[in-house]
Amino acid sequence: MITIFWIACLIIAVTMGLSLYRGVAGPGVFNRTAAVNVIGTKTIALLVIMGYYFERPHFFDIALLYAMMNFIGTLVFAKYLERGGLC
Amino acid sequence: MKFKGKRFGILLTFCIMAVFWVLLSGIFDAFHLISGLVCCAIVSLISHDLLVKGESEKKLLKSLRLLIYIPWELWQIVLANIDVAYRVLHPRMPIDPQIIEFETTLRGDFSLVTLANSITLTPGTITIEVEPDRGKFVVHAIGKEPADALLVDQTMQKKVAHVFMETAVRTEDLPTRK
Amino acid sequence: MLIVHVAVTVLLGIGAFFLLVGSIGLLRFPDFYTRLHATGKCDTLGGGLIILGAMIYHLFQYPETLLVSAKLAFLIFFVFIANPTATHAIMKAAYKTGVKPWRLGEERR
Repeated sequence: MITIFWIACLIIAVTMGLSLYRGVAGPGVFNRTAAVNVIGTKTIALLVIMGYYFERPHFFDIALLYAMMNFIGTLVFAKYLERGGLC
Repeated sequence: MKFKGKRFGILLTFCIMAVFWVLLSGIFDAFHLISGLVCCAIVSLISHDLLVKGESEKKLLKSLRLLIYIPWELWQIVLANIDVAYRVLHPRMPIDPQIIEFETTLRGDFSLVTLANSITLTPGTITIEVEPDRGKFVVHAIGKEPADALLVDQTMQKKVAHVFMETAVRTEDLPTRK
Repeated sequence: MLIVHVAVTVLLGIGAFFLLVGSIGLLRFPDFYTRLHATGKCDTLGGGLIILGAMIYHLFQYPETLLVSAKLAFLIFFVFIANPTATHAIMKAAYKTGVKPWRLGEERR
């Protein structure tokens, strides 16, 4: 079973690498924001799987916090780009 | 502060916060449980307006109908993913993007949010903008069939209107295509 | 136990496939709006399925810590609420700023 988790970790890491290309090369700031949001969502899944691979249950708390931080960060950045300010 | 008619909102906020406390703390001795419940009570008395707004009726029936609506929505999500996977993996990429606008007669906050998130998760469409005053939606569709499903059939608007017991979609004003 | 392992493997496989499709769509599609179509849907279901697989594995492998399973269930719920909202926020920002949508026959950008 641990092998399957390892393979899943590897596939998610590869997809994160693919998205990173769009984050580096993508034209314009919106493509980069989208790529960062996508990498964040993949990171949640990766953290949950890694919790089983390393047998550390604390990873789930980190995943929960990461989900919230990713969501709020994306919302704030989108708002900033839309209005040119944060109020 | 008047609590009449807001009892459901306070109770709902309290329940959600208590569940969240137990979930995140994970400690079940008396001191932590009681202090958490007291904190939840104070927060839900002060700021229940943030979560449940307004004083509409028949909230239990609406919650029940929402529970029936969710499995249909999950099935639509699976269909949407298969559709997107087909469009991505097809060698010629059968896409024809367009922006459409339509108006609904939904006015409630929660129903508008539900409709917007449902549109984003169902096949081929993403909500761009919602104007709550007129119930106007601007939607980006990836092909012609998803756009027609929203403009002509209007199954989703009818379902959401049924869940939240608001009036169904007007048929006389025809939606426009940009 | 074998059935649980097979089910978890299938869930993880389907989830990883959808994450992969989302990334390929992010690379292949011609403009910003269509790229968000790929990622907003595939990441929601893919990530949700992977966490669901982990939740089922935990439920049968370590039945004494039910709280962790509940935490993972909440995580699935949160992903399904938060991801469409974030997608919608970025898309609205781009639309308000005046990013033109790609039409059929134009050059990709």
